[in-house]
Amino acid sequence: MADGMSEKVSITIDNQAIEVDPDKNLLEEVLSAGLDLPYFCWHPSMDSVGSCRQCAMTEYADEEDQHGRLIMACMSSPRDGARYSLQAAADFRAEIIEGMMISHPHDCAVCEEGGECHLQDMTVMSGHTYRRYDGTKVTHRNQNLGPFIGHEMNRCITCYRCVRFYRDYAGGTDLGAQASHHHVYFGRYDDGPLESEFSGNLAEVCPTGVFTDKVFSKHYSRKWDLQTSPSICAGCSIGCNINPGERYGTLRRVVNRYNDEVNGYFICDRGRFGTGYVNDDAVRIRQSMTRSSQDADPVLVSNADALQQLQDMSGAIGIGSPRASMEANFALREKVGKANFYAGLSQQEFAILQQILSIYQDTPAHIASLKDVEASDAVLILGEDLTNTAARMALAVRQSVRHRSFEKAAEQKIPLWHDAAVRKLAMDERSPLYILSPHATRLDDVSETTHICNAGQAARIAAAVASRFDKEVLAPEKLDKAEQALVKRITASFKGARQPLIIAGSNSMSLPLVQSAANLAQALYQKNELTQLALVGSEANGLGLMLLMEDSQQDLQQAFATGTQSAIVVENDLYRRAPTAEVDHFIAGLEQLAVIDNIKTRTGEQAHLVCASATFAESSGTFVNYEGRAQHYYATFKPVDSILPATRWLAPETSLATLTQACSQTLANCAGMADLTPGQDYHYAGLLVPRQQFRYSGRTAMRANKNVHEPKQEQDPDGIMSYSMEGVSPLKEARVFNTPWAPGWNSNQSVFKFQDEVGGHLKQSSIGVRLLDKRNSAEEGGYIALDSSEKNTAFPLYHLFGSEELSAQSQAIQARATSAYVAMNPADADRLGFNAGGGVTVQGNGVVPLLLRDSIATGSVGISVGLPGLNVHDVLPDVSLEPAPQWQAPPQWQPDNIIVSDRLHKLHEQEGD
Amino acid sequence: MSEMIATTKKQSRQLSAEEIREIEHEKTHYPYTQAVGLEALKIVQKHQGWVSDESLLAVAEYLDIPVADLEGVATFFNMIFRRPVGKNVICLCDSVACWMLGCDDLKAQITSRLGIEYGETTEDGEFTLLPVPCLGACDKAPVLMVGRETHRHVDPENLDQLLNELQRENTKSKKTM
Repeated sequence: MADGMSEKVSITIDNQAIEVDPDKNLLEEVLSAGLDLPYFCWHPSMDSVGSCRQCAMTEYADEEDQHGRLIMACMSSPRDGARYSLQAAADFRAEIIEGMMISHPHDCAVCEEGGECHLQDMTVMSGHTYRRYDGTKVTHRNQNLGPFIGHEMNRCITCYRCVRFYRDYAGGTDLGAQASHHHVYFGRYDDGPLESEFSGNLAEVCPTGVFTDKVFSKHYSRKWDLQTSPSICAGCSIGCNINPGERYGTLRRVVNRYNDEVNGYFICDRGRFGTGYVNDDAVRIRQSMTRSSQDADPVLVSNADALQQLQDMSGAIGIGSPRASMEANFALREKVGKANFYAGLSQQEFAILQQILSIYQDTPAHIASLKDVEASDAVLILGEDLTNTAARMALAVRQSVRHRSFEKAAEQKIPLWHDAAVRKLAMDERSPLYILSPHATRLDDVSETTHICNAGQAARIAAAVASRFDKEVLAPEKLDKAEQALVKRITASFKGARQPLIIAGSNSMSLPLVQSAANLAQALYQKNELTQLALVGSEANGLGLMLLMEDSQQDLQQAFATGTQSAIVVENDLYRRAPTAEVDHFIAGLEQLAVIDNIKTRTGEQAHLVCASATFAESSGTFVNYEGRAQHYYATFKPVDSILPATRWLAPETSLATLTQACSQTLANCAGMADLTPGQDYHYAGLLVPRQQFRYSGRTAMRANKNVHEPKQEQDPDGIMSYSMEGVSPLKEARVFNTPWAPGWNSNQSVFKFQDEVGGHLKQSSIGVRLLDKRNSAEEGGYIALDSSEKNTAFPLYHLFGSEELSAQSQAIQARATSAYVAMNPADADRLGFNAGGGVTVQGNGVVPLLLRDSIATGSVGISVGLPGLNVHDVLPDVSLEPAPQWQAPPQWQPDNIIVSDRLHKLHEQEGD
Repeated sequence: MSEMIATTKKQSRQLSAEEIREIEHEKTHYPYTQAVGLEALKIVQKHQGWVSDESLLAVAEYLDIPVADLEGVATFFNMIFRRPVGKNVICLCDSVACWMLGCDDLKAQITSRLGIEYGETTEDGEFTLLPVPCLGACDKAPVLMVGRETHRHVDPENLDQLLNELQRENTKSKKTM
């Protein structure tokens, strides 16, 4: 937030001298100093509003002052040399919490928050142990807030954190604070699903059990009874750090795990609610099986037989996957040989990801982490619908536009932590955000301009801006007057920016757009060395897969062209990567197809051998995120014996650690992977890091209904964590950090006890290793000649809920997902003779509904990606549609609000100069 | 596809030309449409007697502000009525000064004469009785307010008189209708 550090000042708190940062508020500094001071409304990512009055302390005017005065720590700047006391305000704090607790139902025993409740912790800490109020409590009617979030308003203590997160921080509009005094109510205008893509964070932001994780509630377990591990979200290319929790062999929930450089305190709803597939027998493969032919019924086989059959497949090609770990892909590459290893990506996605990797190696610009994105003060997004393809980055971009408000506050000498004042001062003034997109997006409400145009035109506009920074870039033609004016505005914004950022990515399915983004970053870098670039991908390990390919050009189409008779596919459904007919043809030509996967897929249905592999929750490995950050995830629990991690199927004798080390030694740019996991010498007296908390209950009793003998403790051959409560919790400098907990701090707020300062680095844990950071200042790469063959007649449309393969198989996500559709501008529909509300026949994919939207670029058609009913690879790049007047809308079909951006009232389009 | 993104079950109503004209006038006074929300609600209440869900949605749509925000404003202010009220809303002060000088008796008198408790409306839709914490005229307690008119030094006699007058007016206006 604040740029640079001010000089520290010294204060005394209860006669203890501490050094503090005068630009921070006292509450932060008290907590950073390791002291306990209760609070509710303040949050490290949302700063102070001073609404709850809980963090009171006493400030003394001078050495003689005996009485002092009460101050709210979160609303006070530390004064150099001043004397403060926490003790002296203890009675006041006890009274405040007593007031807040008057209508609280004290239903901890049946409340999902119980045991990890900030309100419980603070109540105990404040010393409110006896309830004097015996009057009637206020009761509220709760709302049905949709499939993700439960609502129990009676527990509310009106700290306002929910609306501050939901509206102020995440830009949601459908949750509000209603009524006044003891009737204050936080909810929607009426019942209905919370619309924000970040609604799940309410469960963590709410200090008590008003907003709870509804999916978790359905198979609830106390926090201390959950077996957890440090993990990485597999939902997109951002690689948010998560903490999954398991009980009785099922994955119960996912919560945020703090990583200051990536996700900080928040994750998106796909990551939180999109893991139900792990427990779903209808989705999972839990036992390996064989088929004598592609149409025959499968026969279950033992692990030993399946391993033997895999072993016998000599001469097979291997097809890797962007949703499999580095180690699994590497093990496959080792098994089949580098020459026989194919990426399992469409030609187009391969080309774009390869371009991204090469850009990252050449660009002088800094590759932006999410923390860097937040710190940017001028942002240009080229073609990526971030909210639906890399949601957490959209949330970071939303914070970046606040830069202007911090500048204004600094001019007025308003402390930057003074959230309400800083927001009110700026009102609608924001740092510039420009979006060039073929359709409206969810960030349009904070953009300076959202310009609707196809990818080719966006690439040309970016090139025009680049040409204004470096004459070497040729200014493109074909810009109309409005676009020229836009180029002028973007140029001016970038010129005035301290830390400009350009965002693009592979999801726009446009190679020239990514190239143009890189060229612009390069040109801008000539003028500003703080220029940043972020190029997102679509899946958890897309960039990692490209690192594995090294100089190989072998995409899926090339695998098809080999005419091989034998193939091993790891965690990949080829029907999501290539045209249906091509995959059918390829599989028909195979004598042997082995699929190692954790979910049932159309590819797996035709395989001769299907090996049941573990999901991210049941196995360990490494993902490389969009910025080239390698991050290690640890298995949360051990699956049934018939399920093995993909690495064990492919390299039965090799430990995961050996594979990780082999990646670091073999692969170019991957040396840093060696530092991801601690070595064997890490163990303290041979003890492992426990996955279970020391309060974990039922160890000897939880399986007693099946067998009274306590089973042997599960062993984890792959890691340094134990499936047990025994072991040594993270030591200082530990690189493995599980669930945070500190004495007196049972909720997730306890994480500050592990940070070097509030909101800073974790003293423990690994934040990952950035593999592509340049050790020396790079040679200047040249500009890339834009690929001009692209036609831009169609563009992809993504859904946070539904477009990603794994999360889309989770029931909670399905409740918010829709089926396939095609969208176009009404003007085009008129011209082409398509009717509003009708269907269209898409080549090779039957009939899907047609949506007409003013906010879609004319001259091109939007095709939904990954939704059931349409394979986007059949359609792109040459889309052919026929009207289907006989199409009848299904009974529940609602054409409104399908495209997320539909909910925006209107497009913020400013044209002219 | 069971639970799509929420769409409100209720639909907004069409604002009248007069309501729109007055809202447009208010808009000229503020730089942000959010700020017009409260005034717009008052305008709607003036014309409709209360703010229905349909009116709330209409104002939110017209001003292009989230309906959750507008509901926050509407429910924050006690005098924005989100339920139908009678033609005459009797706001009886029940704070300290009025309580000392007998507002409880006045309340009992209203209840026995009109048959309504606090928060209720007579069946003929003529009267609603509401408690208010202070009307700023403690020196002339007890006080009550009907419409825009404040009545000071209220006692059983002049309260009866007032109610008589109001009922007479009501029947008169009914006849003319």
